[in-house]
Amino acid sequence: MASTSVRAGMLSLVFLVLFLGIWEFGTQVIAPQQGELSEYELLMGGADQEARVPPPSEIIRHAVAELSDPFYDRGSNDKGIGTQLAYSIYRVLTGFLGAMAVALPLGFLIGMSPLMYKALNPYIQVLRPISPLAWMPLALFVIQDSEQSAIFVIFICSIWPMLLNTAFGVANVRQDWVNVARTHELSPIKTAVTVILPAAAPTILTGMRISIGIAWLVIVAAEMLVGGTGIGYYVWNEWNNLDLASVIFSILMIGVVGMLLDLALGKAQKLVEYKE
Amino acid sequence: MSKSFLEVDGLSKVYPDGQGGDLTVFEDIRFALQKGEFVCIIGHSGCGKSTILNVLAGLDESSSGNVVMNGKEVKGPGLERGVVFQNYSLLPWKTALNNIIFAVKARWPSWSKDKVREHSERYLKMVGLDHAMDRKPSQLSGGMRQRVSIARAFATQPELLLLDEPFGALDALTRGVIQDELVKIWEETRQTVFMITHDVDEAILLSDRIFLMSNGPNARIAESVRVNLPHPRSRATIFQNPAHQKIRHYLVDFLVNRSGSAQPDEDGTPKVIDPSDGDAVPQRVAAEPEAETETTAKAVNA
Repeated sequence: MASTSVRAGMLSLVFLVLFLGIWEFGTQVIAPQQGELSEYELLMGGADQEARVPPPSEIIRHAVAELSDPFYDRGSNDKGIGTQLAYSIYRVLTGFLGAMAVALPLGFLIGMSPLMYKALNPYIQVLRPISPLAWMPLALFVIQDSEQSAIFVIFICSIWPMLLNTAFGVANVRQDWVNVARTHELSPIKTAVTVILPAAAPTILTGMRISIGIAWLVIVAAEMLVGGTGIGYYVWNEWNNLDLASVIFSILMIGVVGMLLDLALGKAQKLVEYKE
Repeated sequence: MSKSFLEVDGLSKVYPDGQGGDLTVFEDIRFALQKGEFVCIIGHSGCGKSTILNVLAGLDESSSGNVVMNGKEVKGPGLERGVVFQNYSLLPWKTALNNIIFAVKARWPSWSKDKVREHSERYLKMVGLDHAMDRKPSQLSGGMRQRVSIARAFATQPELLLLDEPFGALDALTRGVIQDELVKIWEETRQTVFMITHDVDEAILLSDRIFLMSNGPNARIAESVRVNLPHPRSRATIFQNPAHQKIRHYLVDFLVNRSGSAQPDEDGTPKVIDPSDGDAVPQRVAAEPEAETETTAKAVNA
């Protein structure tokens, strides 16, 4: 008997083949019944009876073509998938790093000081449930730049999980370890860096992982709104072109990149994990 | 008792009892330690031993009284007082060696990397763990973890070493082995040690004096029992000394029969007892009326 992972892999493959098979046969073009089309019918799009979901074979052909030249640039409405993804990743990372720069120190402060926690908690509770896209009009008005506004939306949506997890992790560092720092006369800064940070790091990384996931969800919607570049804009643009093969292909790419971002954070999490 | 190394004067700890009143865990704790002494403190749970140790460490504050070490009042934790906690308190993301390096670096910030490492390795060798240097605490047994913790405390060469029931969580065999190691290290370093224990044999093996606490609330350090046994001691042979039997009887009798009522001398200092001296001890093994026990204790003292 093969190991579970081998068997699971085989089963996954079976599911994929089944799914693609049903899709392929379900979207076959039915040949037109009558022979000649009138000019009127041709004009009305009768040749291709209706806009249809393209079969997987077509999408794979399209994917190969796109991925073999991912960074082409033929004007503002025709850029390669790699370029579009790069724009989105750049925005997500910029917003995410900005959020980190605010959330980590603030989380430390809130986690170490019950007073600050109580004072800031009401604001956090009100701001946290706001859909990040709700900030968009205000951001556009204040910042007056669509690119920066998209980054701001990413910033605002990734700040909360990081902030709360950092505060929680810092507040729950074992008192014993803090006592070790105290008996060794470490300064508050040194205590924060050498004891509290490594002790809270796994919790903080969990927050960062949730944040990057949310940021990647939000960037697609944000780019549909602001337009110009990015994978979200690309999906919407291809929809307007009625190029469904491109739409489905880019949906898949969004999934793949999201998975890679999560994997990267997962690896980082492994690095800071410790067993008690 | 003016020029002692460590002087504890009138220490007490009061907590709110949750019903609007106050609960005095211990009060008017007075004692002094000399440089190079190994002193154990024994008492039933709830008498506040750990709190006293934490006050000495500077991790907790007493409600009244003060602690003076080397003529300076103890306020807050400091490197001149090392602490070994019952639950080891090693930093789990650091290896055994790095846990010690962490402490040594804090103690001597100006030392070079090589010197810090060499010093730390020496103390890890002292507890027989040079083979496990690069292992994380989670990969060490309880006994090995406590050894690292002890090595960390000794490596910083504090003037006073505070041990809070360091062997409480270990099985009897492991405990014996580490006790032997502690005896060995102490013979080499002659550190001043203040240690909490529940184990009468452990206290006799290790200490020069044993403080006996009465039960809480309002616990006191009632007696200071001298352990008149020659150094170096060994777990295997210490039982053969007749004084050992007398001391052991005395301690067990105190814990079983007298810890509820025992009181220190009128000036608040613990009564000084030397059970190895004279034959008053066996009489006390049988439960006697308390008043008489008190007088006998005083007679021994005199």
